[in-house]
Amino acid sequence: MNTITVNGREHNIDDSLLEKKLLKYLREDLELTGTKNGCNVGACGSCTVLIDNVAKKSCVVSLSKVIGKSVTTIEGVEGSDGTLHPLQQAFIDAGAVQCGFCTPGMVMKGLDLLSKNPEPDRDEIRKAFNGNLCRCTGYQQIIDAVQIYVERQK
Amino acid sequence: MVDSEKKVFRNDNIAKVTGRAKYADDYTFHGMIHAVPVYTDSVHAEILSIDVTKAEDIDGVRKVLTWKDVPGQMAFGQINKDLYIFAKDKIRYHGDVIALVIADTREIALEASKLVHVELKELEPILDQEKALGDNTNLVNDMHEGNKIAHHHIRRGDAENAFTQCDLIVEREFKTSFVEHAYIEPECAFANPRADGVIELYGTFQHPFSTRRFVSAFLNRQFADFEVFSHPVGGSFGGKDDTISAIAARAALAASIFKVPVKILYDREWSFRESYKRNPYIMKYKYGFSKEGKLKAVNTYMLSESGAVTSTTPWSTWRSTAQCAGPYQVENVHTDVIGVATNNVFTGAMRGFGTPQVNFAIEQMMDISAEELGIDPIELRRINMVRQDCETITGQKLDGHIVSMEEVMDKIITESGYSDNVKKNSRGQSDSDEYYGTGIAISYRGSSVGAEGLDFAACIINCQFDGSIILDTGIHENGQGSQSAMMLALAKEFDVPLSRIKYTRSSTTSIPDSGTTVATRGTMMGISAIRKASIKLRKTIRDTLCDDFRCDPEDIRFENDKLAAGSYSLTWEEAMHKMFLHRTYPFAFGEYKAPRVSWNDDIGVGDAYFTYVYSCNVVELSVNKKTGKVKLLNITAGHDIGRAINEEMVKGQIYGGIAQGIGMALTEELKIEKGKILNPNFNKYKLPKTMDMPEINALIIENEDRSTPSGLKGIGEPATELIAAAISNAVYNATGKRQYSLPIKLEGEK
Ligand code: FES
Ligand code: FES
Repeated sequence: MNTITVNGREHNIDDSLLEKKLLKYLREDLELTGTKNGCNVGACGSCTVLIDNVAKKSCVVSLSKVIGKSVTTIEGVEGSDGTLHPLQQAFIDAGAVQCGFCTPGMVMKGLDLLSKNPEPDRDEIRKAFNGNLCRCTGYQQIIDAVQIYVERQK
Repeated sequence: MVDSEKKVFRNDNIAKVTGRAKYADDYTFHGMIHAVPVYTDSVHAEILSIDVTKAEDIDGVRKVLTWKDVPGQMAFGQINKDLYIFAKDKIRYHGDVIALVIADTREIALEASKLVHVELKELEPILDQEKALGDNTNLVNDMHEGNKIAHHHIRRGDAENAFTQCDLIVEREFKTSFVEHAYIEPECAFANPRADGVIELYGTFQHPFSTRRFVSAFLNRQFADFEVFSHPVGGSFGGKDDTISAIAARAALAASIFKVPVKILYDREWSFRESYKRNPYIMKYKYGFSKEGKLKAVNTYMLSESGAVTSTTPWSTWRSTAQCAGPYQVENVHTDVIGVATNNVFTGAMRGFGTPQVNFAIEQMMDISAEELGIDPIELRRINMVRQDCETITGQKLDGHIVSMEEVMDKIITESGYSDNVKKNSRGQSDSDEYYGTGIAISYRGSSVGAEGLDFAACIINCQFDGSIILDTGIHENGQGSQSAMMLALAKEFDVPLSRIKYTRSSTTSIPDSGTTVATRGTMMGISAIRKASIKLRKTIRDTLCDDFRCDPEDIRFENDKLAAGSYSLTWEEAMHKMFLHRTYPFAFGEYKAPRVSWNDDIGVGDAYFTYVYSCNVVELSVNKKTGKVKLLNITAGHDIGRAINEEMVKGQIYGGIAQGIGMALTEELKIEKGKILNPNFNKYKLPKTMDMPEINALIIENEDRSTPSGLKGIGEPATELIAAAISNAVYNATGKRQYSLPIKLEGEK
């Protein structure tokens, strides 16, 4: 049986779905609409999720590539009681949210960066986020957010 | 509420960082069906026939709509009615929609859309502005004689004569390109028919009232037959008006036929193809100076490409006209700004609205002229800039607000270290691999729509008898945080905590039409309406409770979540409960009408705007000799916005506005060949990314504005209108090469 785990829950994948893109599956089949579709060609990052803890653009990943793996979407980031993850809180406190359409992807990308590099400097943060587009913020407060998070973790 | 939350208060923060915020495409309705548009491959053609039978034969296809199914006006628009819901006789640009395929699923609709057959007679496309204005040319738009769709001018003093007396004359020509709004959320609309016949609309609408006007015209039904909801929108920047309104009308038409909810979701490629862009400009500038540096005469001639639809070109060109000489005093001005129809993608409102283009020319003209005069460019700006009580080029006396152009410029010069940094400019001479340059630009910008339109806004404050407060205004949230700014303003009016206030889920039915969220007017107008409503509400409460207080109504103070007079006080809850016992609603409707502005289009004279924002940007950059790549090192930006309600959000507006200006200056190029966009997605159309962006130092300058009760002047557009000019000046200071067109493309040196 083909299964994938999404936010800790296992799902069986019908063979007919194997070519379906992960983004579509999340949004349409699981109704996890926090993951956004901005370009559908892997160029904007608004569909970013973690696959086995690594950030991937889910619009270009087929379900066949995710079989047996574990996916975390933005809906799986907050605590089960609704407590915000400290990175989510840092986004709020830094003023990093405007229209918010890029925000879920940005948070996922941030988690990926912080798992690899717990204390990134501003240049490293810029490098990490270079594949995630935001049209509203000029990115500055998104970078601030990651830094606020790092400071608070110390 | 903890301090940090206050500092960056937003009522939608948690929803947005958790992915719970619902955008248009996140809604599904029971029994919903789907629709997709059908385009042709032509950019200019006569339509001979449209055959939908093959498409309609596909299993799961409900119907294919064309112009024949439209019950109302075939074309509509904010100014001229020339945006077609479905192309009828003619294809006028590559984004014209000829049909809508409605099917059980989006996949079926997409399949069937390939089977709509159109017979066309190709016409020669008009793709060049200058040619479009010539005599022997095809007409783009059947509504006009010729392809000229707007023409504004200023005739001040006697420019022709003044030039003959000038010591220096500088003439240059500048060009800018189409720019895509690139909101990260593409268009989506869905229509939900209600049992009472009303059609509810959800979608990526910048301005629900505007959408309602389009939909009601196309469907030939009254305003009250539609309820357009406000909900999170993934950015708009001026771009989610005409096009999405036509899309909404198609969804509403389908829903009215099938009596089930209909969703239309756009691919990014369709969004690029069909939606309007920033107007490209061709600008011929001629400046005449005395040898002391006084700007004596200005002559400008500009063409602004409107593409195949009028949209807002007559308004944006008007703003370009009123601001054609920048923040400078000039006695003799001769200006013509002409909007031109072509068969390219159409253009319309985009953040900046006709000024990022002219500022790109004006602020380079100032630097070029300074060099030719041998005067320091800052000094030249000082000599000519607008000052308190002076007259603008449209004859307006600037006496209603604090004219802070020099204050803003000086603050930014000091903060950025500009005066020292100019000494390091390479001007094409450098021993390292890189050239260094710094550049400056200043601007003033009329707030709100000015003489373009009528300007008024409404608000409802509805206090509940338990002490909670429901707020509604007619100003639509586009992600910029306007709801939050309004809530902060209201909390301050009554000195109550933010936690008492909830913002209504607004719609076109809940509140009167308050104009579009455009022209940097939203917060200013909305908060002015809140102030007016608050005055009324305080009076109602005081008049009702003064007996309980045994005092004069005026003696009751609202402070610290209490009402107090003398030694007697009531908590806010107690006060609201007492209102209940008195059977009086603690409710107020507030409306605010902006101060009058005036314009005489024959001579180009008038009080164009009731107040102005003053801005200055300084940038430092380097240019790689080998690759020609421009690297931005840092930016200092300052704006006198009257008053800041939510400081971090104002800064966010500045950072984001600058990022969009940087895109226009350096990275974004819409490639159009024969009227077709070749790079309709973000893999080929390059928005600025994190590594393209420098650190920005944003300074908010506050000279409280006297012209509206809000005290503020807005920030959305000033933030984006002058960085391209500053970058161009800096690139010159680095390389010694002037930049006459955008985006800037530098060749590496071999
Ligand atoms: S939607 Fe996947 S990268 Fe843009
Ligand atoms: S906040 Fe709007 S795209 Fe990033």
